[in-house]
Amino acid sequence: MLGSGTKRPEAPEKRGEMTHARASGATSTEPVTASAGKPAKTIETRGVNLFYGDFHAVEEVTMTIEPNKVTALIGSSGCGKTTFLRSLNRMHELTPGARVEGAVTLDGEDVYDSRVDPVAVRRLIGMVFQQPNPFPTMSIYDNVAAGLNLNSTKVSKAQKDSVVERSLRRAHLWDEVKDRLDKPGGSLSGGQQQRLCIARAIAVEPEVLLMDEPCSALDPVATLAVEDLIGELKNRYTIAIVTHNMQQASRASDVTAFFNLDETGKPGHLVEMGPTQEIFTNPKQKETEDYVSGRFG
Amino acid sequence: MESASRPIHAGSGLNLERSGGSLPPWGAWGAVGGSAAVAAAILIATGAFTVALTLVFGTLLAAIVLYAWSRAVEGPRRAKDRLMTLVIAAAFGLAMIPLLSLIFEVAKRGIPGLSWEFFTADARGAIGGSGGASHAIVGTLVITAVATLISVPIGIMGAIYLNEYGEGPLRRALTFFVDVMTGIPSIVAGLFAYALFEIFLGPGIRLGVMGSVALSVLMIPIVIRSAEEILKIVPDHLREAAYALGTPKWKTITKVVLPTAFAGLVTGVMIAIARIVGETAPLLVTTGVVDSMNTDPFNGRMQNLAVYAYNEYRSPGVMKQVAYDKAWAAALTLIAIVMILNIAARLVYRRYKTEIR
Repeated sequence: MLGSGTKRPEAPEKRGEMTHARASGATSTEPVTASAGKPAKTIETRGVNLFYGDFHAVEEVTMTIEPNKVTALIGSSGCGKTTFLRSLNRMHELTPGARVEGAVTLDGEDVYDSRVDPVAVRRLIGMVFQQPNPFPTMSIYDNVAAGLNLNSTKVSKAQKDSVVERSLRRAHLWDEVKDRLDKPGGSLSGGQQQRLCIARAIAVEPEVLLMDEPCSALDPVATLAVEDLIGELKNRYTIAIVTHNMQQASRASDVTAFFNLDETGKPGHLVEMGPTQEIFTNPKQKETEDYVSGRFG
Repeated sequence: MESASRPIHAGSGLNLERSGGSLPPWGAWGAVGGSAAVAAAILIATGAFTVALTLVFGTLLAAIVLYAWSRAVEGPRRAKDRLMTLVIAAAFGLAMIPLLSLIFEVAKRGIPGLSWEFFTADARGAIGGSGGASHAIVGTLVITAVATLISVPIGIMGAIYLNEYGEGPLRRALTFFVDVMTGIPSIVAGLFAYALFEIFLGPGIRLGVMGSVALSVLMIPIVIRSAEEILKIVPDHLREAAYALGTPKWKTITKVVLPTAFAGLVTGVMIAIARIVGETAPLLVTTGVVDSMNTDPFNGRMQNLAVYAYNEYRSPGVMKQVAYDKAWAAALTLIAIVMILNIAARLVYRRYKTEIR
């Protein structure tokens, strides 16, 4: 049933370098069933510094976000986790005055190369936001198909149907909405809207999924649903998730990176990164231990 | 010393206000209605009755009665509240008087001039009070429609530039000049359009489209301003959601931002149309005065309702009252067009408005 939709629709325009790289790779065809894993891509950053105008927000972050794993970014408010996450798919530069220094690579390819179109980067590195933000003018169906419609990807109706169904199934939303796909996305509950946004993000088949506190606006039940979903999605994608909820980081992630800043106004930096188990039970740095155990300073 | 000068409620350290009761639900209306009736009775008795005097004295009397009654029953704080409510309602009523009296007066004087002929015939060769204003109605609609066709794309694209693309000094300068343009006297817009067409088509040229250009000069800044305000309230998280799907900026604007803002944009355009549809001065110098029907904005003079009304009043001919009636009828038709546009804007808004969080 899902067979017709498994071929990745290729956007005809402006994909440039990135497209050729990935079209030649093994990922252009994918396994039929949702549970089967596929090789995802690795994000590496080297000496990333992020600025808002004169304000130095994040300092010298070097890390590797490994494929098919969930990497949690934790740390106190204002330490630059979200800013760092947004720099990975070049969303940071959309803020007026924002600047990036350093290198971000996706499987060795420089995301910030001057010849790379940021639009193409964002097609490969999708994002889910803190507030569920379905497009208010579109139905549930059109929200999921938005990536295809907006990128003027030419696909048949049947193909689109199967992409929508597959994405909604993967986002564990299909059974709840299959009878009202033509209703507006805003008619769903908050937790359903967030899963709709996840379905929308994975409908374009990105390699990496960035999540910026995806559960902070959700109740515990919806949070659990989304966390289960994240656990399944890592079979297919590389996932980086920013969270303020330490239990969520310990439950849902494989690797944890702890960010901190020395004082307000100073740039945030990566303190330490390692397997989640280790960060929460036996961190190397005192700072990390104080943070994860709830003691500060 | 300080505390001694402060009033302290006797018998209660808590300073809670205790009212003895409250006025019946009809209390406020009863006081106002009763006062108006008393004022009317007194004025009739003294032989000085007019509606305006009744309203003035009735309101003053109501203020005194309501305050005294409420103070006796409910205590001073509630009494003050009721007094202020009455004052604010009276101020609103005062503000409504010019509008209501205008509509009433135009309707009263305009209705006698309305007839089947008024809407179907033009005024070519009309003598002895015959003839209608169909050419002026059609002219108004054509000139306004062409002006809208010119202004809406320019205005919306200008607003998109200012809100989505513009930054720095250029953006600030453009915003400033849009504000300046909003304040251009309408006759200047008319002279500008005339001077512009005169360069190409020679002196004395009069065309419907010249009027449309003149009106566009007035309309564009209004459209830009209203569209910009609407685009501003489209939340950034929707743009980011589209970007995160790998959508180019122009597509984000055309497929996400504009549809979300659609209802507001239509309302803004309708308000801009309502603002220019009754312009007179710029059309006098650009579209000219003519008695016959002309539906082609690119050929010949074109009449419109505002100029028609002005002209009927300025040169009424032998049957003065008939001409005046027609002028008022034209004014009434103009008001009706504006009202229909406003109602249409509201309907469109209700139908297409998007819940923006």
